[in-house]
Amino acid sequence: MDFGFSTLEARSIDFDKFDGRILRYVLQYEPSLLVCLSCGGCTATCSAGNLTDFNIRRLQLMLRRGEVENLQTEINKCMLCGKCLLVCPRGVNLRNVVMLIKKALVHFKNQEN
Amino acid sequence: MNNIVIIGGGIAGVETACTLAESGNRVTIIERTGDIGGKLNRWYCLFPDFKKADEIKKYLKERIAKFDIELKLNSEVDKAERNGDQWYIYTGNVRYTADAVVIATGYELFDATRKEELGYKIYDNVITQGDLEDKFRAGDFKTTFGENPKRVAIVHCVGSRDEKCHNLYCSKVCCVTGVKQAIELSKFLPETQIFCYYMDLRMYDKHFEELYRTAQEHHNIQFIRGRVSEVSQTPDHRLAIKTEDTLSGRPMKMKLDMLVLLAGMDTKKHNKKVSELFDVEREESGFLKSKDFHIGAGILSQKGVFAAGCCISPMSIKETIENARSSAVQINQYLKTL
Repeated sequence: MDFGFSTLEARSIDFDKFDGRILRYVLQYEPSLLVCLSCGGCTATCSAGNLTDFNIRRLQLMLRRGEVENLQTEINKCMLCGKCLLVCPRGVNLRNVVMLIKKALVHFKNQEN
Repeated sequence: MNNIVIIGGGIAGVETACTLAESGNRVTIIERTGDIGGKLNRWYCLFPDFKKADEIKKYLKERIAKFDIELKLNSEVDKAERNGDQWYIYTGNVRYTADAVVIATGYELFDATRKEELGYKIYDNVITQGDLEDKFRAGDFKTTFGENPKRVAIVHCVGSRDEKCHNLYCSKVCCVTGVKQAIELSKFLPETQIFCYYMDLRMYDKHFEELYRTAQEHHNIQFIRGRVSEVSQTPDHRLAIKTEDTLSGRPMKMKLDMLVLLAGMDTKKHNKKVSELFDVEREESGFLKSKDFHIGAGILSQKGVFAAGCCISPMSIKETIENARSSAVQINQYLKTL
């Protein structure tokens, strides 16, 4: 069946090429990330997010969808102020998540070398 | 004939009392306030059909009048003792003997001042859904500026689903209450812009989903998926809220004339007292613990003590009535075993 359009390869999330290494690393040390419900309270209050295009809620989604290419650039925007911790209704320690992503990126880069 | 004491004269207490009286028991209701009806008395219209709350009140009044139920108003239980199958309930200088006791102490609206970031009792024109019901009853929506609000936001999940106030549970009925109030407000004030800020919308029962659709289709209510994280006051004394519009992935700010907080159901205060009086177990959420979730709702951990209504779990009025009737059936079964 041809409906006359197709999904561009570059637009879709290919779950089979999922790189879950960083996600697993982060969850091992910060399991609170499991209970994020994507309410966006963190992003609303985020100091960096109100000045730049940083979206701290999306970090969790990027990890879960294996979109790890831009993680380094993204986490560098975080000011580590911790306001996200204060507003989170599920008690996710997002500041620690950012720190763990930093560690994981170094960890896996070292492994590859 | 068995004696039954019911603690609480709200919807659950009155319906349980009447059902038990109907099947030949001698029933006493001990009610803290000066009237039956409980939280119903504050409400104006009910979801999902906009039935006037006063009609339910009328039903309760007419029903209770049919039976010889002793209604002890302005009274609280001071002490309870069990001796074998008999309970002794003390209130003031009166002692009641009971073969079964029903706890029907209901809920309180979550104390929204605990969420300081939402500005309740800090900024003008931040109200709860209960305060809005007062306004519906009065037919007056003027803000502290003496004008009708041009823009109103309704915030879902205040004090529910929130680890920061130790309430992990969903209060269940606030979602549809918010939708009902949005529609109702738009009927009173057709020019007013109304927004609902939600995390998830739980339109769980019959007609609720249709009500949500009606809100969008006929009342131009806008639903924004994002949790409000901060409320502040603008220099001209309006309200400003911060949220993330999670569906577009961007932080969002909005100025408002009125903010309505949908405070959840909180049972901790009364349930702590009754659980100590009757030595019955509570759940971590504060709700009374039933013997079994599926087949033992309202049967508590103490012999001869039962529960009905929102002290067990968040419930709508419909569910409270059903639950009260089913508790009465279980109590009658228990009384036969004595």
